[in-house]
This record gives sequence, C-alpha cells and structure tokens, in this order.
Amino acid sequence: MIIAERKPIDEIKTFVKGKEKILLVACRGCVTVCNAGGTKEAGILASLLRLDAAKEGVPLKVDELTLERQCDPEYIFELSPSMGEKYDAILSMACSIGPQFIASAYPNEKVYPVLNTCFLGGALAHGVWAERCQACGNCIIHKFGGLCPISRCSKSLLNGPCGGSAGGKCEVSKEIDCVWQLIVEKVTSDGTMDEFLSLELVKDWRTSRDGGPRKIAREELLK
Amino acid sequence: MTMEASAFPGWEPKILAFCCQYCAYSAADMAGSMRLEYPTEVEIVLIPCTGRFDVILALRAFEKGADGVFAAGCLEGNCHFLDGNIRARKRVNFLKAELKSVGYEPERIEMFNLSASQGPRFAEIARDFTQNIVGLGPSPAKKL
Ligand code: SF4
Ligand code: SF4
Repeated sequence: MIIAERKPIDEIKTFVKGKEKILLVACRGCVTVCNAGGTKEAGILASLLRLDAAKEGVPLKVDELTLERQCDPEYIFELSPSMGEKYDAILSMACSIGPQFIASAYPNEKVYPVLNTCFLGGALAHGVWAERCQACGNCIIHKFGGLCPISRCSKSLLNGPCGGSAGGKCEVSKEIDCVWQLIVEKVTSDGTMDEFLSLELVKDWRTSRDGGPRKIAREELLK
Repeated sequence: MTMEASAFPGWEPKILAFCCQYCAYSAADMAGSMRLEYPTEVEIVLIPCTGRFDVILALRAFEKGADGVFAAGCLEGNCHFLDGNIRARKRVNFLKAELKSVGYEPERIEMFNLSASQGPRFAEIARDFTQNIVGLGPSPAKKL
C-alpha cells in the first residue's frame, strides 16, 4: 500500500490560517490502513485545529468527511453536495493523489495536502512500516531471492553488495539492513547461488520514472 | 473539597478521569466509602479497561471545556486485558505531544496506575492532578 504520514501541525496551520470554514476529507484506502489519513486521524486533526483556533480566539469550523477512496473520480464526486457549503479550504488526508484529484474536479476550490506520501510498503508490525517497492515498472524480485534490490538497497544496486556493507547493515545507516546481505543469505540457503551468480545486465529504466510520467490504459475496460 | 486559591477568580477546573473498572474505578469507590476527600472537580468516566481510552475521547473533552484529563488503569503487568494500560500510556504520551503542538500544556493529560485496593492513592492522585491543573490555570481554549 501507499504509506503516508501527517505533515507537521505547524505546516498544516499555515494552510488553515485566516480561514473560517474548512473541509477535512479522509480516505478509506491505504492511508486508513497505515493510520495516517482515515476517519480517526481526521477526527484527531480536526480536534487539534479547533483547539488551536479556540486558543487563538479565532473562529474555525472544521467539517469532516471520509471518502471510500480519493484516487477514483466516482468517489471524488461524492464531494459535490458539500461544495454548496462554500469552504475556505479543502484539506485532503489521502495520499497526494487525493488532493490532486479533488483540485482537478473542483478547480475553484483551494485544496491542500495534509499528508506526506512517503513510499510503497507494508507493515512490519503494528505501527511500523517499511519500503518494499519503488514501482520500477518491471519487477525482478524473483531473481533476488524475492527481495527488491531497487527499493531496499540504498543505491538500488543490481550487482551488490557494495563495499560499505558491514555486519548485515548498510553503510548509509545502522538502522538499515543491507538487502544484499539478505539476498546472498537467501540464495545461499535456497541453494540457488549458481544461477544467481550470472551478471545482472543493465535494467531498462524506461518503465520507471525515467520514461516520464506513466499511464496505463486498458482497452477492454474503457467505456 | 475547597481548592487552594487560584489565580483565576471564579474559575473552577473541569477534570475528567477515565477510570478502568477493575482498578481505578474500584479505588475511587473505596476512597468514597473510606470517606476520603478528593476534589469534586474530578468527574469520573467508567471505562472497561484503559485500553478503551482513546485519543479522540480526550481531545473531545478538551474541546468541550475540560481543563485536564487523566486515565487511570491497573498497575503495569496487572491489566485484565494484558496490555490495555501500556497502550493507554502510549496514547497519553502521543496526546501530550499533540497538545503541545497546538500550544496546550502537556501536563493537562496524564496516565496513572493503581490497584483496586488503593483508595487513598486514588484520592491523592485526584488531589495532586487537580492541584497541577489549578497551577496551570484554565485550558488555553478558555483563556480569551
Ligand atoms: S523490482 Fe521494481 S516492481 Fe519489483 S518490488 Fe522492486 S521496485 Fe517494485
Ligand atoms: S550497504 Fe548494502 S544496502 Fe547499503 S548501499 Fe551497499 S549494498 Fe546497498
């Protein structure tokens, strides 16, 4: 899923400054699962913003609404009935796709992103998330013991490890496991070292961001 | 019980105590039957376990005019649901940071641990916490 986290409250306060009526739009997708922008987190943020406004003695009405997703126009348009309310700002708590979709659906509204969209990953434990994919557009993890060297090696090496790997840790930080250590351990225990040792040729990065913004259109699904 | 004179005449603190039914709530009950005095400003909310204590409950309390909120659960290691009180403490710590980020004193929210037999301790917690809130004054939401 997409892993995101809430922006610092001071930054969010700059979005709200001078506004009297805002709509906070949560998302029931990835950001609910990673506890960043679901109904609950929207409730907490709305409350904090109201408490802040009360402390400053300024009027602030914060309405909260949760959409099924914010990466699909059919759900974005569920906001239409709320648009009659004339909000001074719409704050999206989805990943950054949400505020972009809202802004394009309602070009007259001021739309702000409340979250920082961080990476594609999964939960290692409740409350801990880690990056596992960089959406390179041509998955090759089967050649690396099921581990992604692009997202998990700090240098995205395809022929690692580099000279900085020590004690299973990456030279970038002791907090980061060297994925190349893990890959070598995995192929060793799998007994597939022989086939693994062939040199990995240069990857075609055109399927990644290097080919420009990407788009998929499937004829059979188009109306 | 009469509070020590506050610097804010006419103001009486509003304090909400989320008490676990297995310990703090029973301790409060015991404090009552022992006729121990503790501030009437402390209003008790019975919860099944401090694991039920939610960040949003405390924030709503502050929005509705509470000056201080505390959660009181079983002694660590004695939670009837294993780790409800540990989780509650983490939530309280999280809330302290969140409140601070919008200019509210983190001391307005606390977590306490006690057992059902500690009636006098409950009264002491209620007195001390109330005294701290009196020292802080009204919630920033009310100062203006
Ligand atoms: S190889 Fe590419 S698609 Fe596969 S997990 Fe890594 S970044 Fe993602
Ligand atoms: S130490 Fe390991 S993870 Fe870090 S850059 Fe080198 S090969 Fe990649």
